[in-house]
Amino acid sequence: MTDTTVQTSASGRPLADPSKPLVQVKDLEVTFKTGTGDVHAVRGVSFDIYPGETVAIVGESGSGKSTTATALIKLLAGNGRISGGKVLVEGKDITGYSERQMASVRGGVIGYVPQDPMSNLNPVWSVGFQVREAIRANGVASGRKDIQAKAIEVLQQAGLADAERRMEQYPHQFSGGMRQRVLIGIGLGADPKLLIADEPTSALDVTVQKVILDHLESLTRELNTALLLITHDLGLAAERASKLIVMHRGRIVESGDSLEILQHPQHPYTKQLIAAAPSLASRRIHSSTGAAVTEGVDAIDMLKLAVKHEDTEAVIEAAPVMVSVKDLRKTYSIRRGGFKSEPLHAVDGISFEIHKGTTLALVGESGSGKSTAARLVLGLEPPTEGEIVVGGQNMAGASAKQLFDLRRRMQVVFQDPYASLDPQRSIGAIIAEPLKVHGVGDRVSRHARVEELLEQVALPTELAHRYPNELSGGQRQRVAIARALALKPEVVVLDEAVSALDVLVQAQILQLLADLQEELGLTYLFITHDLAVVRVVADAVAVMEQGKIVEAGPTDEIFENAQQPYTQRLLDAIPGAGIEFGN
Amino acid sequence: MLMYVVRRLLQAIPVFLGTTFLIYFMVFSMPGDPIIALFGDKTPNPAVLAAIREQYNLDEPFIVQYFLYLQNLVTGNLGVTFSGQEVVDVLSRAFPVTLKLVAMAVVIEFILAVVIGLISGLRKGGIIDNANLVTALVLSSVPPFVALFVAQYFIGIKLGWAPVTVGANATWGSMLLPAIVIALTIYVTGMRLMRGSVIEAQSADYVRTAAAKGLTARRIIPVHVARNSLIPVVTNTAASFGALIAGTTVTEGIFNIPGVGKVLYDAILRGENATVVSFVTILTILYVIVNILVDLLYAVLDPRIRYV
Repeated sequence: MTDTTVQTSASGRPLADPSKPLVQVKDLEVTFKTGTGDVHAVRGVSFDIYPGETVAIVGESGSGKSTTATALIKLLAGNGRISGGKVLVEGKDITGYSERQMASVRGGVIGYVPQDPMSNLNPVWSVGFQVREAIRANGVASGRKDIQAKAIEVLQQAGLADAERRMEQYPHQFSGGMRQRVLIGIGLGADPKLLIADEPTSALDVTVQKVILDHLESLTRELNTALLLITHDLGLAAERASKLIVMHRGRIVESGDSLEILQHPQHPYTKQLIAAAPSLASRRIHSSTGAAVTEGVDAIDMLKLAVKHEDTEAVIEAAPVMVSVKDLRKTYSIRRGGFKSEPLHAVDGISFEIHKGTTLALVGESGSGKSTAARLVLGLEPPTEGEIVVGGQNMAGASAKQLFDLRRRMQVVFQDPYASLDPQRSIGAIIAEPLKVHGVGDRVSRHARVEELLEQVALPTELAHRYPNELSGGQRQRVAIARALALKPEVVVLDEAVSALDVLVQAQILQLLADLQEELGLTYLFITHDLAVVRVVADAVAVMEQGKIVEAGPTDEIFENAQQPYTQRLLDAIPGAGIEFGN
Repeated sequence: MLMYVVRRLLQAIPVFLGTTFLIYFMVFSMPGDPIIALFGDKTPNPAVLAAIREQYNLDEPFIVQYFLYLQNLVTGNLGVTFSGQEVVDVLSRAFPVTLKLVAMAVVIEFILAVVIGLISGLRKGGIIDNANLVTALVLSSVPPFVALFVAQYFIGIKLGWAPVTVGANATWGSMLLPAIVIALTIYVTGMRLMRGSVIEAQSADYVRTAAAKGLTARRIIPVHVARNSLIPVVTNTAASFGALIAGTTVTEGIFNIPGVGKVLYDAILRGENATVVSFVTILTILYVIVNILVDLLYAVLDPRIRYV
């Protein structure tokens, strides 16, 4: 723990008494006023944060973890308020503070790094302006030159090596990872005693995520800043925090030493979360239908029921090739001002085959070309070069009619279940639409098919008359899957289909996909950036980097014996990779 | 940037040709013979008629007349009015007057839209907001000419606070009343845009981040809320600038302002093709330039927009 002989932190600030808590939260309650009455988002939460310590709050969306964090600096959304309890910052209760008083707590005492790097910087001001503003407001430096020097310093500390040169650039000229560094720089700019980091890396690629978290960790240690990490990712929390708080429906269900909790969870909810978190140690999920499944078995047991098939590879080889892609290329021309343009090779000569009834995972970071490849396979965009054969039909020479028929055999599920369903149409109408487009059946038979599909994805049939906004994220993704299955396709492209979901829901959807694959003999092309998920769903993996497939092979082989440094880097970046989870 | 301006100006050429042709054609097809109308009730001597027709090229077929006109236009010769004045002279007297009027109206409109929209947006749902929305609804449903007459009658005649008519010597002060009235009839759109953007900006993530830095409302509201909300308001105001210049006929008629609208109106009544077409041509060019300026201004306000 903290070395008591050190009297000052690297920033020169005298160390706070490590035995006195920096922040004490006592019976905190937060209420949101909504059209349908009050919602109690946080119900009696208590915890302490000591100087220099790293605490993580873990939970799924809606657990109240972010609300708790924003309540500490009283930045709740307009309809929310602290309805009970105390928040003591250095011994003083801030719940009664005015906005003016809060301004002196925010930034200087408690810094905040928000979740989404895309929307948290003001697009009309330069990055330097926004950092300088934070420094000036907290009186860390004064005078134009000092402020500028300090701004450059914090940005460099946050990992922007060329900060000096990029100070006057605007946020849109930075990548997501770079913007997140800017936000970390802003959060640490005023030397706060506590830094709240609300899902600071969930919008970023794993490799970038690792770099940023490493940086955050060493910085907070160097400056002796306490860190409150809000995350849905158990592995990440365990790896970074010494203390873990697990929240569920506005309450703390378990808290304590993080490794202790992960290895010996006490509360059933924590056990569930740990079981559902896909990790490198997981094995391929297989259909649970063959095993004796009783009613009410939760995800955790289903995963345990999954048996590893020893002869998987032989089965794969024997199955006919369903999708075959040869030397696929897609080149876009990017405008470079005036009449100049330069080519961007989004997909640069990739080849792969997927056998019937198996899953190929296409993995890579953003910009690696994996989603473009999916769009090409779906025929949503014409390839620049190369051949795509799906179920014996070559897409290049196909007539409009043949393409239309091919679409019937090939369906897609997208990442964002909130954006991929038309909010104006009922669930029934959404699922029936592909049937209508392809002229399958009449009104009555389509209605029956919709009910059948809802049952297939384990949703109550009454949902047919409801609208997307009445459903949860997981339910919506089930609807999207039902829609994809409506036409009894042979191939389903899953474009980051579980990336937006909480771990528990994710585990359920992955199980559903495995069941459907076994039942209907589906072939999946699974596009994802999440290698932990790949481990549990895919039979084979193809790793993409800059439009090329750098490594491909059976999942187990790649995970156990990656040949390419890039693949190894992706594997190493998975949070909590080295931690053994208990149950 | 320069490439963009050049391209936009090149695009203006077909617009210019199209509008002049259309206007020329429409004025040409108006009923009545302007030359005969010049003589009033008298029956003119056919030889005199023919001479005048030849002087104005009215004896040529339509398309020839148009090209002769274009040829003159390009060389800077806009022709003469029936009363013998150079159209260029008439234009150079009328345009500054209208520009003054419109500039005043636009500045007042912008200030009203931004200030009222900001206050209203910050106090969403409050008494001030509701009072403002009702006022805006009333003001925007009054036809401009009614508002102008009412203002002229009460403020100009009854109270005597402002000149009733402007006349030949159009000073800034004498045109203040019509400018305010115009602004009041058009500020509502901009105000609503501002109000909407302010409400949206207040719940924006970057505004929360600004608060989390420890900034006070005194800094957050102007720098992060108002500044970002200005973008649509500026565009709206700048666009109305072009429309107003072309649309001042009613205002200038009521307040007897010797601007573009009034000259154009008189010229149409007299069937002076050259004057009408020249005025409309200048208006078109001005409109195109204003629009280019609006687009460039947009890039200044929003750094994400870069024209290449």
